[in-house]
Amino acid sequence: MKTRTLLWFVAPSVALMLVFIALPLASVFWQSFFVTRTLFQEVTVESCQPGFLTQTCTTELRSQPILRDGKPVTERVFVGWENYRLVMRPDALVAAFSPGGGGWADVRQIDFWRALRFTLTFTLVTLPLVIGLGLVIALALNTAIASLRGPIIFVSLLPFIITPVVGALSIRWLFIGDGILTAALRWLTGENVIMFAQGWTIEVLLLTYRVWHVAPFAFIVFYAALQTVNQDTLESAVVDGASRFERLRYVILPHLAPFMVFVALIHLMDAYRVFDEIVGFSAQAHHISLQWLTYSLLMPDGSGSRAIGRASASSMLTMIGIVALLIPLLVRTWRDHHQKG
Amino acid sequence: MTVRAFRLSPGLKVASGLFLVVWSVIAAFPLVWTALMSFRLPLDALSSDPMAVILGPVTLARAGGVSVVDLVAVAVAAIAAWWLPARHGAAGARLLAVGGMEPLGWVLAALLYAVALGIVGLLVLPPLVGLVETIVGVLPLVGGLAPPVVGFTGEHYEAVWIARGFHKEFVNSITLTVGVVVVSLSVGTLAGYGLARARTPIAFWILVTALIFRALPHSVLVAGYLPPFLNSHEILQPLWEMPVLGPVLGLFSDTAPTLYGQPWAVVLVLVAINQPFTIWMLRSFFLSVPTELDEAARVDGCSQFGAFWRVIVPVMWPGVITTGLFSFLLAYNDYLVTSLLLDQANKTMVPAISQFLGSDNTTTDQIQAVAAAVSVTAPLFLLVMVFQRQIVSGLTLGAVKG
Repeated sequence: MKTRTLLWFVAPSVALMLVFIALPLASVFWQSFFVTRTLFQEVTVESCQPGFLTQTCTTELRSQPILRDGKPVTERVFVGWENYRLVMRPDALVAAFSPGGGGWADVRQIDFWRALRFTLTFTLVTLPLVIGLGLVIALALNTAIASLRGPIIFVSLLPFIITPVVGALSIRWLFIGDGILTAALRWLTGENVIMFAQGWTIEVLLLTYRVWHVAPFAFIVFYAALQTVNQDTLESAVVDGASRFERLRYVILPHLAPFMVFVALIHLMDAYRVFDEIVGFSAQAHHISLQWLTYSLLMPDGSGSRAIGRASASSMLTMIGIVALLIPLLVRTWRDHHQKG
Repeated sequence: MTVRAFRLSPGLKVASGLFLVVWSVIAAFPLVWTALMSFRLPLDALSSDPMAVILGPVTLARAGGVSVVDLVAVAVAAIAAWWLPARHGAAGARLLAVGGMEPLGWVLAALLYAVALGIVGLLVLPPLVGLVETIVGVLPLVGGLAPPVVGFTGEHYEAVWIARGFHKEFVNSITLTVGVVVVSLSVGTLAGYGLARARTPIAFWILVTALIFRALPHSVLVAGYLPPFLNSHEILQPLWEMPVLGPVLGLFSDTAPTLYGQPWAVVLVLVAINQPFTIWMLRSFFLSVPTELDEAARVDGCSQFGAFWRVIVPVMWPGVITTGLFSFLLAYNDYLVTSLLLDQANKTMVPAISQFLGSDNTTTDQIQAVAAAVSVTAPLFLLVMVFQRQIVSGLTLGAVKG
């Protein structure tokens, strides 16, 4: 295919991505250096109350938004790195680690660092769990009776396709009030464990939820890959006296390696933007993620204004994070491509 | 192939069987349990005694219930509903494929199936089962099977769908989702095909850029959309006042639109967010379509687009359906984008659920939220039932050809 023809074919798609992805990115970068302020003016207001003989009048100086056509007038001010400073709070960081500061405990009071800590823990802890669980299910299913495989795959797909917010809610409802799992935990441990009361149990639930949600994806990919393992190699391994574990270690796992890289890549991208389960569990009092931080800055606050500048700064920082996480995998893909080409 | 060493030892066999059972229970349990809860009165649904949730004694006493006959009827109907599409779905789709358009056949068959399921489930089955119940009730030995034994109430669903207006949000969700799927596939197939057949470095760079775009958290993009969407009237107004372009645009709307809250603007946003994934997946699919097909068409004198239209389009539907399923899931499941960019009037189902949670949490409100959540899940459940094979092949498509 000629380059010109290719360009015609991809034009609509590329145009959409340029207008709705690249352009917003550029504008977020630009916005992160500005603050939109509502203009206020000082107004002298005289308010009088009827009294005996004379009115009592007081004048006071009030500041109120300047209105034009019924809308408050706003101005955009260039503030440089101010938004980034407000999000990352370097002053508070320095204070936390200078003598008399509270160390890490203080750092965790700052939304951005709290979100970064949680997002990274979440991404890196769920990654091996998802791959491990997916692999075990795939290996187990591979030995199951053929007629049972269809139903098991059907049931396994349910956690994967369910709306994430709803999935998180359905797990939360198992614990609500005196829910069945709360009762089960009390029966198991003999203590009253309330899962949604303290930070660490919520964190465990958030991680568990994500593993439950994504393991089916890893499982399906690995299961399909298991069907393409070279049977001749397996047989010669048996002839050479390899045990079941050795066959797994030296034949099957190397065959699965590229599929694991694929699952890891997709999972890194998806886990890094953890958001829905925080909404579903209403976990924001204890744990927030980077994406949740931006979201909450974008939502209108009490007075109806949105902190667009700070949201943009936190967006840019979020983006830098995911690019940094992905670089090793991207470099690998790049090298593979060049070796092939 | 039967090599003895490949056979599992009994211990390992039992262990792996047990593991699969445990996993299946874990996978299905939360969904099954919430579905049960939604049919019980709050006293039963929120009870710490599992049997109360399963049998619903309070519900039985206060709101009535279902008999053994009903349960058997539902079980039979469920098995039939499962078995029919699996056995005859493909034949039905072929029958409905007007003018040889197989995907159209599939879509029509799925729609027809959903409608038939609704009619049979809501209109035909209840009177029929009632009739059987009356007959069984007067028979001597089996009379015990007719009176209700398990508590059951549909009042939460009624409250959610009718009184609290969930049907509007359902329509909004479906409109948005269908819009996203249609636009996303029409744009994506062209690009996917082009990228699969191109041998220039540009194709590689487009794909790598798309991969990076796929990694972006959606809130990053929404931060970029919000200010222009809120102020789009002021920003776009000059276009409407331009000499030639203005009157043309005026045909669509009198003044420049405010994009915030417009469903079609959100459709475009979701399509763009989904585009990197779509073109990667469709490219993988088109790589598996033999090049000889379109080359033959080219030799016979077709242009590249003609070859695509006449030769590739008729064979691309399996890949397109699979990709479409994932676009459907993305749009249907979205919370972040729709809750930030749509206003109250166009709200979709998923953000609406969190509203149920926010309202002054009586226990009835909670169970209504459960019913709403189950209502959101039901279409997805049907989707997996009909399209299980396509979803599985879609999950592996990216991995195998990536």
